[in-house]
Amino acid sequence: MSAVIDNHAPAHGHDSHDHGDHHGAPHGLMRWVTTTNHKDIGTMYLWFSFIMFLVGGVMALTIRAELFEPGLQIVSPEFFNTMTTYHGLIMVFGAIMPAFVGFANWLIPLMIGAPDMAFPRMNNWSFWLLPPAGILLMSSFLLPGGAAGVGWTMYAPLTSQMGPGMDTTIFAVHLLGMSSIMGSINIITTILNMRAPGMTMMKMPMFVWTWLITAYLLIAVMPVLAGAVTMTLTDRHFGTSFFNAAGGGDPVLYQHIFWFFGHPEVYIIAIPAFGVVSQVIPAFSRKPLFGYASMVYATSSIAILSFIVWAHHMYTVGMPVAGQLYFMYATMLIAVPTGVKVFNWVATMWKGSLTFETPMLFALGFLFLFTLGGFTGLVLSLVPVDVQLQDTYYVVAHFHYVMVAGALFSAFAGVYFWFPKWTGKMYDEKLGKIHFWLTLVFFNMIFFVQHFLGLAGMPRRIPDYNPQFTEFNQISTIGAFGFGLSQLLFLYILLKAIKSGKPAEQKQWDGADTLEWTHLPTPMPYHTFENPPTVK
Amino acid sequence: MPAAGITIANRLMRYKLLAITLIMFGFGFALVPFYDEICRVTGVRELFKANEPVVENTQVDTTRKIALEFDANTQRLGWTFHPLESHVDVHPGQVTQVVYEVRNTQNREITGQAVPSYGPERAGQYFQKLECFCFRQQTLGPGEVRQMPVVFIIDPNMPKDLNTVTLSYTFFEVAGVQKKPG
Ligand SMILES: [Cu+2]
Repeated sequence: MSAVIDNHAPAHGHDSHDHGDHHGAPHGLMRWVTTTNHKDIGTMYLWFSFIMFLVGGVMALTIRAELFEPGLQIVSPEFFNTMTTYHGLIMVFGAIMPAFVGFANWLIPLMIGAPDMAFPRMNNWSFWLLPPAGILLMSSFLLPGGAAGVGWTMYAPLTSQMGPGMDTTIFAVHLLGMSSIMGSINIITTILNMRAPGMTMMKMPMFVWTWLITAYLLIAVMPVLAGAVTMTLTDRHFGTSFFNAAGGGDPVLYQHIFWFFGHPEVYIIAIPAFGVVSQVIPAFSRKPLFGYASMVYATSSIAILSFIVWAHHMYTVGMPVAGQLYFMYATMLIAVPTGVKVFNWVATMWKGSLTFETPMLFALGFLFLFTLGGFTGLVLSLVPVDVQLQDTYYVVAHFHYVMVAGALFSAFAGVYFWFPKWTGKMYDEKLGKIHFWLTLVFFNMIFFVQHFLGLAGMPRRIPDYNPQFTEFNQISTIGAFGFGLSQLLFLYILLKAIKSGKPAEQKQWDGADTLEWTHLPTPMPYHTFENPPTVK
Repeated sequence: MPAAGITIANRLMRYKLLAITLIMFGFGFALVPFYDEICRVTGVRELFKANEPVVENTQVDTTRKIALEFDANTQRLGWTFHPLESHVDVHPGQVTQVVYEVRNTQNREITGQAVPSYGPERAGQYFQKLECFCFRQQTLGPGEVRQMPVVFIIDPNMPKDLNTVTLSYTFFEVAGVQKKPG
């Protein structure tokens, strides 16, 4: 089962260090360009996603600044539209997804006792497709007509009326899709073929399981998104009429294809976040994960169900009542496996010897707020309610509870959790806790009030609003700037720890029990598990 | 291609997964005929199908006479805008044409859009317009004058208590429509 991988064959000529020297990283810039080391690539993914997180954050602040007062003050409505579009695209495809691929690269080989990923060179390509995609996205702002203000969902027929900024966006989505697919192929092959002897499927850490499921979701739906944007492209330039009603097409068709990708995409983001939390909570409860097998089955059912609920995003397009009812009940069904997961996390903590270091705080923040986002999702799954709330700030609040308090908090928990192992340096625990509390308070300040704005009827994606909404929008905007500044504290904590952090222990957290903590020294050597460990 | 060191098992797995990817790319396109078929079977696209075969009396109802008043406004737009006749009496079912005149008093090209309103409001649904300048945007060069028709029939089903109806148009400037450069 354990394949020996010669991932640094000098025949490729990309680094000059002696093949026998396995304990140092090559130096210089070219190390990062040519690296095939899963740890280097994981690090690059994480830094890339952090930079994109800041870029997307600045866009969010532009939106919130414009919404500080009713009327138009700061940006034109067209530019506002591009901000909502690229904030969504960059956060989803540039920040959250690469962050979890970064975790996957770092952790999967370590957790299953493999020396590296299955296809190290393809791994390098997966990462290096991202910066060109990012540049392509940003370059659309310089094109005539500006970037495409169509919303991250890129609905037809607006997409066929946009300037060349739309084309660069489509190509960027193609590149991002290729990157995810190559990454997924790598992850699945690594997990299925390269586990250490004794590491059976049902012994794999939960994080590895969640990534196996996510990677299958990715290769199933990223090609469908690629198809949807390709159809948009050919509608724009090559005379096809997939979505063009005048030529016999149907714009609603786009929404079906997009959401066939879009709903599983939600779980592509959420499931690895579940995985991180499933490692962090047991470690700080000093107990094994409660209901491991049920966790595996629940996650798989969520993934399977995610393929059959997509039209809950489009209750108002004019579908038959029978269709609405089907999608409503199917969507509500997802609450069952999700409930199993939440129950298991809580049960893991039950009678555990809990401590509350920064990773645990973020995991608990995740648990509370993600569950809240799940509940508002359940509310929105109801057709009569959704018809009222479609495209209001209630929806915005709902998915930011899932995406920010869910995925982002989980990513923070993961970074604080594994940072000591990865770098051998300990971060400043006190500053970490301050970062958590600031993030938690400002997050709720931004998004909790948006539930009420939505219930009162404030539509999303519009730069102006009725003056009755002013106070809550001002609270939200102040929260947004506080949230943004708090993330600079995160950057400071990381840089400070890298520069002058205290040396971390081999097993920094006593409850951590996966291979990277039990079998490997701190700081992590450049090459690990060249001889696979034996798992009992 | 990274050939060295990649086991056969891994390479096989890669081809399998690539095949799934390609199949799913094709699946996205297969959704196009699939949805067409679903829509045909469920009839969701037949939004404009007549409910009942419409065999109604299309004769002019000469027993009723309705007084129509025409009103014209502009909203922050350098145009003058008025109907040539401000008042006509019509029978329900009778094809009627009235003409509005609009003049651009500015020195630049302006695009405007007329928005109709009715008094009382519920009379609106009984106006069947066959032709109207409000169906599309109007672009007038500097100083240009244009006469524009509205052709309509008053639906004979209009409630009997509506005897006087006002049809009002307001022209708004369409912002963001710029002259093409050059
Ligand atoms: Cu969904």
